[in-house]
Amino acid sequence: MKILVPFFAVIALVLLAVIGTAANLHFLFGAVIPYAALFIFIFGVIYRVLKWAKSPVPFCIPTTCGQQKSLPWIKQNKLENPSGTLHVIGRMALEVLTFRSLFRNIKGELRDGSKFVYGSDKWLWLGGIAFHYAFLIVLLRHIRLFAEPTPAYLYILEAFDGFLQIGIPRLFATGVVLLAAAAFLFLRRIYVPQVRYISLAADYFPLFLIMGIAATGIIMRYFFKTDIVGVKELAMGLVGFNPVIPKSVGSIFYVHLLLVSALFAYFPFSKLMHMGGVFLSPTRNMVANSREFRHVNPWNYPVKVHTYEEYEEDFREKMKMAEIPVEKE
Amino acid sequence: MAKFTAKPKDLIHIDFKNPRTGWMDTPVDIREHMYCHPTKAKDLETVGFPNIHEWRPADENWNLPEDWKETVLNGIKERLQKYRSFHVFMDICVRCGACADKCHFYLGTGDPKNMPVLRAELLRSVYRKYFTASGKILGKTAGARELTEDVLKEIWYYYYQCTECRRCSVFCPYGIDQAEITMIGRELTNLVGLQLGWIGGPVANCYMKGNHLGLEPHTIKSNIEMMLDDIETITGIRINPTFNRKGAEILFVTPSGDLFAMPGIYTAMGYLMLFHELGLDYTWSTYASEGGNFGFFSSNEMAKRLNSKIYAEAKRLGVKWVLGGECGHMWRVLHQYMDTWNGPADFLEVPKSPITGTVFDNAKSAKMTHISEFTADLIKHGKLKLDKSRNDHLKVTFHDSCNTSRGMGMLDEPRYIIKNVCNHFYEMPENTIREKTFCCGSGTGLNASENMELRMRGGLPRANAVKYVHEQHGVNMLANVCAIDRATLSASMDYWVPGVGVAGVSELVGNALVMKGEKERTADLRGETLPGKEGAE
Repeated sequence: MKILVPFFAVIALVLLAVIGTAANLHFLFGAVIPYAALFIFIFGVIYRVLKWAKSPVPFCIPTTCGQQKSLPWIKQNKLENPSGTLHVIGRMALEVLTFRSLFRNIKGELRDGSKFVYGSDKWLWLGGIAFHYAFLIVLLRHIRLFAEPTPAYLYILEAFDGFLQIGIPRLFATGVVLLAAAAFLFLRRIYVPQVRYISLAADYFPLFLIMGIAATGIIMRYFFKTDIVGVKELAMGLVGFNPVIPKSVGSIFYVHLLLVSALFAYFPFSKLMHMGGVFLSPTRNMVANSREFRHVNPWNYPVKVHTYEEYEEDFREKMKMAEIPVEKE
Repeated sequence: MAKFTAKPKDLIHIDFKNPRTGWMDTPVDIREHMYCHPTKAKDLETVGFPNIHEWRPADENWNLPEDWKETVLNGIKERLQKYRSFHVFMDICVRCGACADKCHFYLGTGDPKNMPVLRAELLRSVYRKYFTASGKILGKTAGARELTEDVLKEIWYYYYQCTECRRCSVFCPYGIDQAEITMIGRELTNLVGLQLGWIGGPVANCYMKGNHLGLEPHTIKSNIEMMLDDIETITGIRINPTFNRKGAEILFVTPSGDLFAMPGIYTAMGYLMLFHELGLDYTWSTYASEGGNFGFFSSNEMAKRLNSKIYAEAKRLGVKWVLGGECGHMWRVLHQYMDTWNGPADFLEVPKSPITGTVFDNAKSAKMTHISEFTADLIKHGKLKLDKSRNDHLKVTFHDSCNTSRGMGMLDEPRYIIKNVCNHFYEMPENTIREKTFCCGSGTGLNASENMELRMRGGLPRANAVKYVHEQHGVNMLANVCAIDRATLSASMDYWVPGVGVAGVSELVGNALVMKGEKERTADLRGETLPGKEGAE
């Protein structure tokens, strides 16, 4: 169920786009839905981030993953136990750009029924990083459709992406990598028993969506070639808030566009918000200098304590007997 | 309750197979030897905790207050607004599973609900149901579920099978910290009166008497005097420490476990000898006689209430700064919370070693320095005369406490000390030390006796790594800087790796420390004859 429901949800989206174009609802699928999705995405993400930001950070709780700053002759690990803002920027950059923590991954296993062994396990890191970077480059490549003239950096990006020099149009490696990485992440969810056990429908749905997006994109580029001039016309129309619906663009394009719209609209309501959340995670983005500089809790309030005077009241005679100094004789 | 009798060879058969039913459809099975007894009503009354009532974990009916559900849900809402950590951690987990096999309780039990991700989902599923649009509309499809009594019992059972060690947080790509979620989950259980005896008791003791063990002022003094007798027997030197003395330069605070039981008292003897040898102008306090903080395992407010005594006593006595003994969670609290709760301590001065002149700038606001930072600095400056050979009967390895490693980062200071006081030091495998260290398995108030199976299972990954160096190098002493470790690892070693003792780093320092005017030592601090000194007396 956890797999089938999201799978059929994506199939339903595909059918919806096919039926929609057959019923001549091009304007709805080519302009109204994409605009609405983008609107939900932008305002949804802002809303979610602001909502997080509204909750204060009462305590300085970085997870320290290396040697602290203490004595001058002990080498501090500035990236894993940052004592300054620059160190934190470095730590966050490593986390966001290279998935530092995931790279640390080790697999723990009980061998021969009596020994725990821990080995390096970088597959998840590799799948994750391939997936995210491929997605990023694919997204950047699509800027071509929304800009006239095409920015120079896109030619460079495309030259790299097409380095394999296969086929006409030239094969972009990232499209294939994106599909393969998403498929890997999906298969991992199914085949690793622990991961399968913790997975929810909400974990499969975005994977199916993204696999659908990558597959339709690849089909359009290499197999049933879509009229790219028409697509650009449509994209430029959307950018200029003057939507035009070219007749020459086929239904496969609308399937692609609807899946992308669905992903954008779904984004703010889902775990995909980890994109924003990783920047707000207090265990990673705080300076670990809580003994050096006082961290202020905005809601710190006075509490009831048991004072020394009350304590001495309870134990004065015993303290005197034991020759422990007291305030009141 | 039947006695826990399972043998190590049986306990190590761990079944990692998941149940056939999904986790939401697998009801919680509250098993004997895996949980702690509830606290006594009077202890909760002492500190004014809400919804005090009689209940037993094994019973069907937990006698929850009528409005328990509302209380818990309001509790979640309030904490979402107060803690960004909690709010973000409820939302951004992608269930990648990187944390799963990092938890000592998962490795030791094979119970999938002990995977940090699933332990968090127990609460997250409730959060989704009541606080997110998708959970309200899609229900179970969105991973949401109703808060029922069974769900609350499940949260209680598994949130007291987590020692807030933060190992999962090291490996999480977003730094999601189950310790943070567990702390808040435990606060929720406290709101409806579900506190453990082993937490509630020490909290009440600490509140009224100044320390977890409930040692009264004269007992603290007499316990220390017994140690002084032993020190005199071993070294020929009589030490005269002071208590509650106004005008001392330094207030020394250590966990009360160091004053009470073996092997903690040997660590305390190490402190006493070191301070005497330095001629340190310091005092003990019977009011602030607890460095640890079991309030931290019940609620943020309770932790702050207990912690307040340290600064209050420092102010009353007019000391310049505070020196802290060896303890794990104590140092998470002192390092990351104390100054925020009860600071600014502007009546104190930046800690400065009167012996070396070193200014501890890393503690310039909180004004509290760790004994290992202090001792490492002394050794580096050549201020201690040390005879390493007096630890030659020990083959030592070092266990990083969860909190001093992942909530502070004090990794190299204790190692530097050990290497200077011992000739035989061996590290455990690299994936089990430093920031990847394993919990003793009994932290956060789980060091009771009725939950021994849980403790031994949770302690297995640590013990297994000790066993490796025990077999490879003949290691026979597990050094650490934590009072809970000293108590709990002793039990875990006896069970999993017999023949390995447990010692605080300061005990090893005390063994090696050559004191002015001492007689020739023939025994270590435990009274065990030193090698080559047999028949010397």
